[in-house]
Amino acid sequence: MASSSAPLDPAVVRRIARLARIRLADEDVAQLQVELGSIIGWIEQLNEVDVSGVDPLANIGAAAMTLRDDVVTDGDQVDAVLANAPARSGPFFTVPKVVE
Amino acid sequence: MTLEFTLASARDALLNRRISSRELTQAHLDAITALDPKLHAFITVTAEQALAQADAADAALAKGEAGPLTGLPVAIKDVFCTKGVKTTAASKILEPFVPPYESTVTSNMLHDGAVFLGKVNLDEFAMGSATTNSAFGATINPWQRQGSDVALVPGGSSGGSAAAVAAGMALAATGTDTGGSIRQPASYCGIVGIKPTYGRCSRYGVVAFASSLDQPGPFARTVEDTAILLGSMAGHDPKDSTSVPRAVPDFAAAAKRGVKGLKIGVPREYRAEGMPAEIEALWAQGLDWLRQQGAEIVDVSLPHTKYGLATYYIVAPAEASSNLARYDGVRYGLRVPANDLKDLYEGTRAAGFGREVRRRILMGTYVLSAGYYDAYYLKAQKVRALILKDFTDVFSKVDALLTPTAPSAAFAIGENADDPVQMYLNDIFTVPASMAGVPGMSVPAGLDAQGLPLGLQVLGRHFDEETVFAVGAALEKAAGFKGLPQIRMGEGA
Repeated sequence: MASSSAPLDPAVVRRIARLARIRLADEDVAQLQVELGSIIGWIEQLNEVDVSGVDPLANIGAAAMTLRDDVVTDGDQVDAVLANAPARSGPFFTVPKVVE
Repeated sequence: MTLEFTLASARDALLNRRISSRELTQAHLDAITALDPKLHAFITVTAEQALAQADAADAALAKGEAGPLTGLPVAIKDVFCTKGVKTTAASKILEPFVPPYESTVTSNMLHDGAVFLGKVNLDEFAMGSATTNSAFGATINPWQRQGSDVALVPGGSSGGSAAAVAAGMALAATGTDTGGSIRQPASYCGIVGIKPTYGRCSRYGVVAFASSLDQPGPFARTVEDTAILLGSMAGHDPKDSTSVPRAVPDFAAAAKRGVKGLKIGVPREYRAEGMPAEIEALWAQGLDWLRQQGAEIVDVSLPHTKYGLATYYIVAPAEASSNLARYDGVRYGLRVPANDLKDLYEGTRAAGFGREVRRRILMGTYVLSAGYYDAYYLKAQKVRALILKDFTDVFSKVDALLTPTAPSAAFAIGENADDPVQMYLNDIFTVPASMAGVPGMSVPAGLDAQGLPLGLQVLGRHFDEETVFAVGAALEKAAGFKGLPQIRMGEGA
């Protein structure tokens, strides 16, 4: 079942890494071209399956979606929310300057 | 002494005051001190908290106010948020994270009186089949091949849970199963594990991997024990819209029903190419055991079985790439400082995620990206519908299915490590049920030629865990599995 597929194009690996906001070193790109190419080659087997007329299944859950009462059930948890912040200033998370 | 108890017998001993929770808890903490340096099942041991919970349990027992789990020491997979106790998901990116709230499953267990020994190891974000992907080091299987001390994997992703229970470091443990992460390690470690129906347990406060697949479930050394623990973990939760508002049945009572008159299906597609003859033989033996106890065995077909894994490795990474977008270095977890926000994101995520997690995020990003979505993700969702239909069709004819849990016994650390696809094949028998959301249990049924445990898998209808427990208990009774791992309490400890 092992695949013999082609490596992914390095530009594609860099593009999806950019979309996923993960920095890659050059040697990582080379390795991921092969690994992802092999996984993609393997999942191509789904092309054999005839899915005409089949609706996509996004949710297998049996729970019917329900609306809860529109009332406040929680709140005033600023300290709990910020307790794990890597950096904060008063009641705010902080990030590097975004706007000059 | 820890392995002499089951959850059920320890509960009896506590209720009859033959032992105190403090004694029982201390014995398990001693087992952890003795064995965990070899097995590395625990990421965090909460000894002080456990002893305080044990003392509270003893006080409750003295007043005759015992709940279903009062005073029973258990381990928690480190994906369940535990208030005030760090919860890492075995990832560097969550290493500093101390949840300010409790998951619903662990909250239910605390309400029922459980004692938490600590947080146990897993593959990072539950992505793996060997517990070698942990950022804090691999867990070792307490079982060894005859005449060899080569370190074997405990399976994954809930490998710490399985190893801790098998070696006698906990009476039972929680796990989560996305594609087999409870059933496969249970099989590799010679214990029982059940993934209940999707929606049976709340996912609130469970670190998310693939939300349409993730489901909490219990590990223990007997079928009855998993029934007791699942009874506590399960139940509707308004905080998880996918948890189902159904009453939780008496699973332990269901385990005593027997299998007389049940129709058990044998899916022909599970005869995998190259499956070891001894697994094939054990499977036939399991069917004989059920036949001897009055079940009828029926050949059935699940025609899309062979596409389960490929479908899973599109759907699960897609959901993971979306779920793991939250780790951004801003609100909690690791931050790698940078001069601009994009560098902060990219640097934090590069440093915080391990190789397999990164691979799956990128895979998921790829199948969801413009131009590929229809070809991969939408296609996979359609094949998933066909896999679900296979199960609903077959469950109109039979009450449960019996299959092997995994295509092999535990392998050595480092084996299957080079090719991700080879590693993924470990989940070939467990993934289809995950895709369909049906319940599945692994029961230890025998040993292979090297002396390693092998499990059989029982699958049931949606929300019919009761039949799964009945079949599991029948297999357990017939198998009389009494094997003990080489590394355990009482041996060299």
